[in-house]
Amino acid sequence: MASVSVPRTAAGILRRPTATTGVWSWFTTVDHKKIGIMYGVAAFAFFLIGGLEALLIRAQLAGPELSVVNADQYNQLFTMHGVTMIFLFVMPMAAAFFNYLIPLQIGARDVAFPRLNAFSFWVFLLGGLFLYSSWFLGGAPNGGWFGYAPNSTTDPSVGMSFYALGLLITGIASAASAVNLAVTVINMRAPGMSLFRVPIFTWMGLVVQFLLVFSLPIITVALFQLLFDRRWDTAFFDPTRGGDPILWQHMFWLFGHPEVYILILPAFGIISEILPVFSRKPLFGYQFVVFSGIAIGFIGFGVWAHHMYAAGLGPVANTAFGISTAIIAVPTGVKIFNWMATMYGGDLRFRSPMLYVVGAIMMFVIGGLSGVMHSVVPSDYQQTDTYFIVAHFHYVIFGGGVFAFFAGLVFWWPKVFGRMLSERLAKIQFWIMLVGFNLTFGPMHVLGMQGMIRRSFTYPEALGLTFWNQMATVGSYLIAVAVLVFIANVVITQRKPKGLDDEDPWDARSLEWTTSSPPPEHNFDEIPTVHALDEFWHRKYVEDERGRVVRVPAGAAPDHDPARGGGSGHAIHLPSPSFWPLVAAIGLPVMGYGVLYSWWVLALGALVTVVGLYGWALEPSVAEEA
Amino acid sequence: MAAVEHAVEHETTTGLPNTKLAMWLFLASECLLFGALISAYVLYRGADPLDGPTPADVFDIPYTSVSAFVLLASSLTMVLALSAAQRDDAVRMRLWLLTTAMLGMIFVGGQVYEFTTFYNEGLTVDVNLFGTTFYVLTGFHGVHVTVGILMLLSLVGMSLAGRLPADAAFPVEMVGLYWHFVDIVWIVIFTVVYLIPTGTAG
Repeated sequence: MASVSVPRTAAGILRRPTATTGVWSWFTTVDHKKIGIMYGVAAFAFFLIGGLEALLIRAQLAGPELSVVNADQYNQLFTMHGVTMIFLFVMPMAAAFFNYLIPLQIGARDVAFPRLNAFSFWVFLLGGLFLYSSWFLGGAPNGGWFGYAPNSTTDPSVGMSFYALGLLITGIASAASAVNLAVTVINMRAPGMSLFRVPIFTWMGLVVQFLLVFSLPIITVALFQLLFDRRWDTAFFDPTRGGDPILWQHMFWLFGHPEVYILILPAFGIISEILPVFSRKPLFGYQFVVFSGIAIGFIGFGVWAHHMYAAGLGPVANTAFGISTAIIAVPTGVKIFNWMATMYGGDLRFRSPMLYVVGAIMMFVIGGLSGVMHSVVPSDYQQTDTYFIVAHFHYVIFGGGVFAFFAGLVFWWPKVFGRMLSERLAKIQFWIMLVGFNLTFGPMHVLGMQGMIRRSFTYPEALGLTFWNQMATVGSYLIAVAVLVFIANVVITQRKPKGLDDEDPWDARSLEWTTSSPPPEHNFDEIPTVHALDEFWHRKYVEDERGRVVRVPAGAAPDHDPARGGGSGHAIHLPSPSFWPLVAAIGLPVMGYGVLYSWWVLALGALVTVVGLYGWALEPSVAEEA
Repeated sequence: MAAVEHAVEHETTTGLPNTKLAMWLFLASECLLFGALISAYVLYRGADPLDGPTPADVFDIPYTSVSAFVLLASSLTMVLALSAAQRDDAVRMRLWLLTTAMLGMIFVGGQVYEFTTFYNEGLTVDVNLFGTTFYVLTGFHGVHVTVGILMLLSLVGMSLAGRLPADAAFPVEMVGLYWHFVDIVWIVIFTVVYLIPTGTAG
């Protein structure tokens, strides 16, 4: 970041930015790769913040009746921990992978709407900052990530208004990004890439985008209703005026359960992409994995009330949702068996990404099995709102999701940055994290069975919960050590000179590895023509007359090694950088503050966004040659 | 009639322009937005208000029918605008786009008048569930119509300034998709909110 090219005049916002390097270029970029990196950096920053909140929670629970924080602060901490990890870490980290990889995996030069992509990122980032500004403006959200009414509608602090507005803003980001990426996958595939030649990670990405398209509007309406109840005293969730708080639960979980799959399907995609590389076999039953992903997407909309067994919906509803919940375990189980069969008989190579992937599968299975326990209504009655649930969803989202993310980070790091992360440090991090993770969340099963209630800020000594809580606290700090090892690994790696000994360090299979690492701005000098699933693999290997897999001799395949980094790509017109997505995005949090504080601020925010949108609409997506 | 070729942004896998695909996905998402809003209205329909006016107290069906007719008529003028655009007839295209926007403005104006009247009769957002659900549902729709009007006027302005792309029919078609969607939603809202009796007294 040596050269900073800031426009000289104040009228600079009216001039087309041209810089492609330097700090300023990041504010105006529409390159999906840069946007992907920014998503990743921002999401990781929120991961650290959410992690600090978790460490504070664990410090408070390290012994009985401690007062590291008070009850009110504790409420804010666990709410912000959940909101941060779900909406500001896992979703945008998945968006980082999608943004960076999907165009490369389908052989496109960029996403369908590059400026909309930049807009999504800025809206997400500003929405997250808006949410976090609540700490300084009267208190953070304190009603849990699910914001149950009427607690959320009647709480006197401003926190839950920030929750509603912040999630509305980040929801706009996700919706725009979902439409964008779905169109990209459907419409911008390279010649020859039929739907069943699409890499599995991109497939899972497509399912996620559809889940977002159909579930976000529901939470949008619910959040508006919550906001109106709080701000203008409407009666949606007010039982004293005939409103029904259960309606909030239905609307929230109608979004919230598809959301669970929005969180985990990207991890499934990463696992399914990496596992075959290190098993040296194609993914077993690729089409089954695709269809089970689609099935999960569909059934995911029909299981929401299993979060509400104890809300008193009655035995018929509980039974129906118990059955649908048991059913959704089937396509999930199909995936697990596919992964096992992929490894079976494979030539397994336990490089660091493989460790994370195998760890993710095993942790996810533990979380998945306790999930099946929850589908049984009488069993769930015993477990609901206890630490058993906390253990369950951390095994799924951290054990499945975060381990898969680290697998993806280590695996695609050379692709993105042209440097290999240290294999040694990555493995050390893995083992510390695995031990720390199980030490943190394993005991929570026991605590839940002992009846420890979720969300309570302390516990009396007489309950006998101290020992396992202490173990969990030790474990959580071990996780922190593992994350520090990762950061150290990144710092050390990025200081090394750029360059890879081998542009294809893992002997990978999918299309993104056919271009150089990191890829040129235009991704591919020549758009590849796709002949098979695992296209890159098939360019490298053929079967000899005995049916054995042998490597194609270097240079023998005509389009094996398409001019890595050699071409200048001068004839390719890429979308030009633009200020307008950022301008349009800035208006949204301003509008959010306006809703809370003043109509004038609201109008100002709206004006900024409208100006941004007009500037955007009137500017051609590719600037004229100067 | 010179058939105008639909310029596609660039070659796509499905042959559909990206923008059109995105618009359909957006409208699919909008279906769930209005679906959730209408569901909330229906769930609370006929909930005995402890206070404040009921639908039967405030609704003026003939009045709202006229404004609904105006909005539906605007779908026809929208089609005429697209047809003119496809014939490269910029003058008529602008004329019909303006007509469509005018009809939309009459509808929104009618809604503002209706809201004011109801408010004066004591129906506020916080007086009872009917007020809450009615204003939020129809208000969201009104905002959508307003956004549509802005897009229509922008098309006219861009056309006058010569800022529309060579294939002007394409952006007109996209705005048209949105406009027709908003009209169709109003048919559902008008039926559910105004025409089906609530079953409570009055």
